[in-house]
Amino acid sequence: MSHDHVHVSNTKRIWFVFGLLSIITIVEVILGIIKPESLYMRNFLSMNLLNWIFIILTLVKAYYIIWAFMHMEGERASLRWAVVSSVVFLVLYLLFILLVEADYIYEVFRTSTIKWNF
Amino acid sequence: MEAITTVNSNEKIWSGGNEPMGANYGKLMMWFFIVSDALTFSGFLASYGFSRFKFIETWPLADEVFTHFPFLHGVSAPMYYVALMTFILIFSSVTMVLAVDAGHHMNRMKVAFYMLLTIIGGLIFVGSQAWEWKNFIKGEYGAIETKGGSLLQFVDNTGKRVKISEFAATLPEAREQLDRSKGTWFTEETTLPTYSVEEIQAGFKAHPELLIRTERIYQDSDADKKDARLQPGLNKRKHKEILTRSESEVMLGNAKYVVEGANLKRNEYGSRLFADFFFFITGFHGFHVFSGVIINVIIFFNILLGTYDKRKNYEMVEKVGLYWHFVDLVWVFVFTFFYLV
Repeated sequence: MSHDHVHVSNTKRIWFVFGLLSIITIVEVILGIIKPESLYMRNFLSMNLLNWIFIILTLVKAYYIIWAFMHMEGERASLRWAVVSSVVFLVLYLLFILLVEADYIYEVFRTSTIKWNF
Repeated sequence: MEAITTVNSNEKIWSGGNEPMGANYGKLMMWFFIVSDALTFSGFLASYGFSRFKFIETWPLADEVFTHFPFLHGVSAPMYYVALMTFILIFSSVTMVLAVDAGHHMNRMKVAFYMLLTIIGGLIFVGSQAWEWKNFIKGEYGAIETKGGSLLQFVDNTGKRVKISEFAATLPEAREQLDRSKGTWFTEETTLPTYSVEEIQAGFKAHPELLIRTERIYQDSDADKKDARLQPGLNKRKHKEILTRSESEVMLGNAKYVVEGANLKRNEYGSRLFADFFFFITGFHGFHVFSGVIINVIIFFNILLGTYDKRKNYEMVEKVGLYWHFVDLVWVFVFTFFYLV
């Protein structure tokens, strides 16, 4: 068992991460309510900048939840890689396939004679 | 167990006592479960993305759907409530990690106290989700579905949403609900909407200021600008399209159903798949929170009984903690993809 060494209390770090997650959530909600024109109407890689910010902030939150709360930072590198790399790879793969396919179907609906809206 | 050393003794490797990746059996299996569950949720969210990209021009706008806050009736408060739910869940994650931390110091009462806070946070979250579902199912404005399956909502000449109850006419042809007591052979039907299609059409005729808002999102492209079907002056980029009065009348002629609120078949917010995914993904997540609360309760009583003091370690708290944080992690993604993006 890994309890031979003395555990130092890391409550300070816990509250720091809580503050950070709260601030990120508040920023997300404020941006979501006011939807600044300069971000919402401008695209980067066919997605608007606001959505990019939301997704990046979400990944930052996910990082802190996994690393600090789930204490991934204290695990061995082999466990970290086994968990994180497989999930990241499979999720990216899934998103790539499904979203590209969905965009293709959208194009078919839009440009061909198949219509659902009448 | 601790006495077994595997250094330089190949015979002992398979006889137990090893800890691959430095984590004990229970913790490692919890991580593997989390990986598989994370992939399940990713599958759900990715299929939500699939349907959304497929109907990208007509998908409902989340900040128009989730606008309720307790005790604020008629006030449009997009996202405040769901932000509050997010805080509650993050906070219960914090109390959980504090419980794990206290467990490392073998401080029984402190672990129990933080576990109790975690349980309460989880219950508040599940209750909030039930309230959110109630509002979603009940709906607010009502809509019309056409023969072709597209959804029509009503606005006044300033572009403000109008409830169907505000203008629907009352006609004498009211149809009676068929239920089991009246049916020939215990036949029944789903609840009839408050108003019939004819009542909505008559009410629309009597209110010349009303216009119809379609599901399509106005993009302000050249084709959109030239489109004579759209009401001039009211259409804004990345908002739903509003039709002219004459075009609205034509569209309403195709009306087939009155839609109030949401169920698994149709909903007043737009695409049918939107409500299906909402129910399925938030429901599946809510089920995870609920199971998490039950597991936490079991652990809480074990702590009070002193089970982990006898075991001389609080690792069980750590394992359920992993699950609880995972539930929080999933919510972070659900929050982003259902409410923000």
